Amino acid sequence: MSAAAEHPVPSSVKIAPPPAELERQPLVLHNRSIGWLSDHIAGICEGEAPKWWLPALIISSTMMLMMFGCIGYLISTGVGVWGLNQPVAWAWDITNFVFWIGIGHAGTLISAILFLLRQKWRTSVNRAAEAMTLFAVACAGIFPIIHVGRIWYAVWWLPPIPNNYDIWVNFRSPLLWDVFAVSTYGTVSLLFWYTGLIPDLATMRDRATSKVKKFLYGFFAFGWTGSNRHWSNYEKAYLLLAGLSTPLVLSVHSIVSFDFAVSQVPGWHTTIFPPYFVAGAVFSGFGMVLTLLIPLRTLCKLEDIVTVRHVELMCKVILATGSIVGYAYGMEFFIAWYGGNPYELAAFKNRAFGPYWWSYWWMISCNVISPHLFWFKWCRTNMVFVFIVTIFVNIGMWFERFVIIVTSLHRDYLPSSWGYFRPTWVDVCTFLGSFGLFFTLFLLFMRYLPMIAISEVKGVTPQADPHHPQGGAKHGGNH
Amino acid sequence: MNAHGLMAVFDTPADAMRAAEQVRDAGYSKWDVHTPFPVHGLDAAMGLPNSKVGWFTFLGGVTGYTTGMTMIWWMNAFDYKIVIGGKPMFSPFYSFPVSYELTILFASFGSLIGMFLLNRLPRLHHPLLKNRKFCQGATHDKFILVIETADPKFNDQETRRLLASAGSKHIEMVED
Repeated sequence: MSAAAEHPVPSSVKIAPPPAELERQPLVLHNRSIGWLSDHIAGICEGEAPKWWLPALIISSTMMLMMFGCIGYLISTGVGVWGLNQPVAWAWDITNFVFWIGIGHAGTLISAILFLLRQKWRTSVNRAAEAMTLFAVACAGIFPIIHVGRIWYAVWWLPPIPNNYDIWVNFRSPLLWDVFAVSTYGTVSLLFWYTGLIPDLATMRDRATSKVKKFLYGFFAFGWTGSNRHWSNYEKAYLLLAGLSTPLVLSVHSIVSFDFAVSQVPGWHTTIFPPYFVAGAVFSGFGMVLTLLIPLRTLCKLEDIVTVRHVELMCKVILATGSIVGYAYGMEFFIAWYGGNPYELAAFKNRAFGPYWWSYWWMISCNVISPHLFWFKWCRTNMVFVFIVTIFVNIGMWFERFVIIVTSLHRDYLPSSWGYFRPTWVDVCTFLGSFGLFFTLFLLFMRYLPMIAISEVKGVTPQADPHHPQGGAKHGGNH
Repeated sequence: MNAHGLMAVFDTPADAMRAAEQVRDAGYSKWDVHTPFPVHGLDAAMGLPNSKVGWFTFLGGVTGYTTGMTMIWWMNAFDYKIVIGGKPMFSPFYSFPVSYELTILFASFGSLIGMFLLNRLPRLHHPLLKNRKFCQGATHDKFILVIETADPKFNDQETRRLLASAGSKHIEMVED
């Protein structure tokens, strides 16, 4: 029931508008109408492709093919084509896996946790961020599967199927927990993303001019008519999916960190890993969201929808999670000393001043120093500057995983099993190629599906509020 | 030719909400408001009860947790016992992470399947989707109230008058 209609404010009562300094910048600038939103966002998929789109797609799909070529070479020859060997048996492959799965976490944080916290600004960025999650998980999923050698046996130790000795998989192993965590994460992210897409697919269907497009969008829109009886169930399901995704996203990177923390290796065996990995994941994911969205908002003329305020808020999340990551680095060192375990302390000294000192200081300068620039408003609101910082965040978070994995492994307890890992060209090309896969998927997504959640952005405009004068309310007030 | 229902187009969510309140109070049962985004307060204005999707989620979650625990017990402690470090064959602790993930997985499927079942979706055809005016508005920037002819209280003139008095500028009979 409309509260404003049933309890009109008596004319003797004057409600003062909030003071100017408390007024927030609107989420959609220039007071755009709700019709403008669907015209503008759907227009990105409907008109001719922008000039940069095809060249970008060609470059990224070439990189993707390079990765598939490398994978073919790896599978046909063996894991010896990579630089890893004893003692560093996990190197770039698992680094890349953790890097990509971490990137995905920002999408779920934006779509689920910010939804539960009623952060309305999420609506402008959640679709693209969720798509980014899916594509990052797709890139991540490749590495653990290909790193095992004899991949044709994968079916025996990934899903619960008895192996050739009739033994089931071991559910005490965090590596198996990881299989369940990552596949659940991929599936639930897809469901969540698709649920959000349904109303927008219906919009695309109703706007489609060609028969083929109308059929395809209509098929995937499942016959959505925007019925309020449907919205009622839809919103409940969306809320529940957000509620389910929140503990899921926190568990996924915790379980990824168990791959390391449950082992006995100095440098890995630390209880701080789960929260530290989750914070790092969100940190790197927001870095990637901004790396994608800052160019796109200019190229696709989305400045009114993804505003400077949105970018600024995301910079603040980077600052917060970056500070947690910096704290975790410090605390790791403190505990290595305070814990009194000489092997642990040796591993950490070796990390900062050993043969891999350069990777450690890359990590520190990118992850500890760069986010703190965002204390300054100028740094948060200058798009070029933010873009450059997010590139450093991406680089730093890749190095973090490299540092954790490689420096902890390369010096075993006996000096006779010390070694130095160097990547081969196959390592490098596979990793660079995974960016090709990621960008190819993202470019196809932004061309054929609405990149911004149309119905959700409409819902946060003042025109959408039946209690707001712009939404048609007769007794408008400051709700 | 059969008619599906009477469609009234509104320009603002507040107009549609006031109309919905009147239609609800007039005692109609087979009617709906089609909006491009969920309008808050419209559920109450239509007199809709709380959604039942949560029960499907709960059912999914319970199924997932039970499946996980049973599967792990059966595989590692019953069908082929694996002794690891002399620890108990089964414990709820080591089997928790996988069961937890399966709880979330099944509960998510439960929510989505529940939503589709309750909404009678997917469907590839709907009489409203053949109407040009409807398609140009309901998923774009109009708020469209539809009262079906199958409603026991439906009366062409009465209903048309009610919708006109609610302030709709465009009222049209939609073919089935």
